[in-house]
Amino acid sequence: MKYTFPLGAVIVLALIAWLGSQIPGMQYLFGIAVPYLAMALFLGGFCYRVIKWAKSPVPFHIPTTCGQEYSLPWIKQDKLECPVNTSQVVARMFLEIFLFRSLWRNTKAMVYDGPKLTYESSKWLWLFGLLFHYSFLVIVIRHMRLFLNPVPGFLHGLEFADGILQIGAPNLYLTDVTILLALILLFGRRLINRHVRYISLPNDMFPLFLIFAIASTGIMMRYFFRSGVDIINIKQLAVGLVTLHPVIAGKLSPLFYTHLFLVSTLLVYFPFSKLMHMGGVFLSPTRNLANNSRMVRHINPWNDPNIKPHPYSAYEDEFRENMVEMGIPVEKPLPEKTEA
Amino acid sequence: MYDSGKIIPGLIIFVLFVTFPVWYNHGDAGAVPKPELPKVAKKCVLPVAQMRDEHMQLLLDWRAEVLRQGEWGFIKIDGKPFQRSLQNACLKCHSNKKKFCDTCHTYAAVNPYCWDCHFARVKK
Ligand code: HEC
Ligand code: HEC
Ligand code: HEC
Ligand code: HEM
Repeated sequence: MKYTFPLGAVIVLALIAWLGSQIPGMQYLFGIAVPYLAMALFLGGFCYRVIKWAKSPVPFHIPTTCGQEYSLPWIKQDKLECPVNTSQVVARMFLEIFLFRSLWRNTKAMVYDGPKLTYESSKWLWLFGLLFHYSFLVIVIRHMRLFLNPVPGFLHGLEFADGILQIGAPNLYLTDVTILLALILLFGRRLINRHVRYISLPNDMFPLFLIFAIASTGIMMRYFFRSGVDIINIKQLAVGLVTLHPVIAGKLSPLFYTHLFLVSTLLVYFPFSKLMHMGGVFLSPTRNLANNSRMVRHINPWNDPNIKPHPYSAYEDEFRENMVEMGIPVEKPLPEKTEA
Repeated sequence: MYDSGKIIPGLIIFVLFVTFPVWYNHGDAGAVPKPELPKVAKKCVLPVAQMRDEHMQLLLDWRAEVLRQGEWGFIKIDGKPFQRSLQNACLKCHSNKKKFCDTCHTYAAVNPYCWDCHFARVKK
């Protein structure tokens, strides 16, 4: 169930686009209407999710720390693991976002005979994750050659670097190899590591399968089934989409429409799924707060301003008589009884 | 909403970033390349649609056959023989690389490295 349902969903989506795009006239649906709708839902959904998060109060000051906090002057503070001010938080967030630093400390718990419990360092998720995300990023940036006219210079540089091995024609991109490899490794990790397999859900598998299908249709188009993949016509469509005058200039391969439809699916799925970690990483209170709760008072936004602080001295004033009666020690004795 | 001073600008930057191609092209799709077709012939090596999509694969197949298997065969187009060659076939008919190959390649941002070695007479 965990594997068949998401796999089946991706296959059905691909078939819908493959067969649907062959019906005369439906190219406008798959080539123009669906991408526009998907982009609108992506942007709208993304903003909706972020604003919804921004409306949720953070009742407690909860940065996760794992180093020496700011203390006496001769004790060395761990500025990245326990930041106390904005610039340290920014440095920590930067390394988190660009290098996935927190995954570097991932461990794997194992029980051996004895019984003995060990926590071994396990950096696979970090490595495969980094490989995947950077390949994906480079591919998306490279795709801008289809959307920008004239093509800006830095894209030529990126294309050159990515195709540096000069294998075949069209030139092999390194990121095409690394994205498939990374997806297989990430999926393999979910299969082979028993603990991770147990907690994996269909909604962990679906994005993996979907992105695998997107990357493999793209790779098939570029290197294997070029018939009907006329980049000039495709660029005309893509530039048309972003200048709001889309045209479908010729007959394009069903592989292209499948690729585009799966990308549209990804865009629609994105804001309503765990893929929102892209926005979420910026809004994680465990990461983006400074550990300064001893210097700055964190006010719980839920607090009713009419409820005033109630310190112990006021509490004792209120209950002193009962406390004395019950023999509970008090800080301030009862006033002397005057009359006899 | 909390921290709107940081979150709203962040969201605006995100949306501007995602819609970058819209601002960059500012509504102008630009001209579609019109490669100048040769006058010396009527037909290409393969049907024109196939040439448009697959010419780079054809060239690599030729290269492999010629250089690795030594099959310097000739192909016939409209009865005329042509050597299987980048310079002696493609560029015989498509003699103006700049007005032919390069028009498409500039548009699609492809930069074949073939010309590092192969010679294309550049016409002014
Ligand atoms: C109809 C437009 C068009 C014309 C004309 C054209 N090409 Fe191309 N060519 C392309 C496109 C588009 C690509 C990129 C395909 C891709 O990225 O999948 C390409 C790619 C190539 C590549 C592979 C480049 C790489 O590094 O990936 C070679 C080699 C090539 N063309 C050679 C030629 C030669 C030689 C000529 C002139 C005789 C020529 N082409 C004319 C459109 C054209
Ligand atoms: C016999 C001369 C001849 C040779 C040799 C030749 N071509 Fe062509 N080519 C033509 C003609 C003529 C056309 C236009 C065909 C048409 O419009 O039906 C054409 C069309 C094309 C097109 C499509 C252009 C467009 O506007 O869509 C491409 C790409 C192309 N050739 C590339 C090549 C490449 C690459 C080679 C070498 C492998 C080559 N040609 C060899 C004559 C030739
Ligand atoms: C490092 C230099 C170099 C580069 C780069 C290069 N070639 Fe060549 N190519 C050669 C040499 C040398 C020959 C052999 C010429 C001969 O023996 O006559 C050759 C031969 C060929 C041939 C067969 C013979 C002929 O006359 O054309 C083809 C086709 C060919 N190359 C295509 C390509 C294509 C397409 C590219 C770009 C993707 C390319 N080459 C890039 C050096 C290069
Ligand atoms: C999430 C976004 C996308 C991903 C991950 C993706 C992935 C890929 C991959 C891995 C390739 C193989 C070649 C390469 O790396 O360039 C490819 C090719 C291709 N993609 Fe995409 N793609 C995406 C979005 C799109 C969109 C929106 C279009 C619509 C125009 C598109 C059109 C194409 C075309 C035409 C090719 C063939 C390129 C060529 O032959 O050089 N892709 N895609």
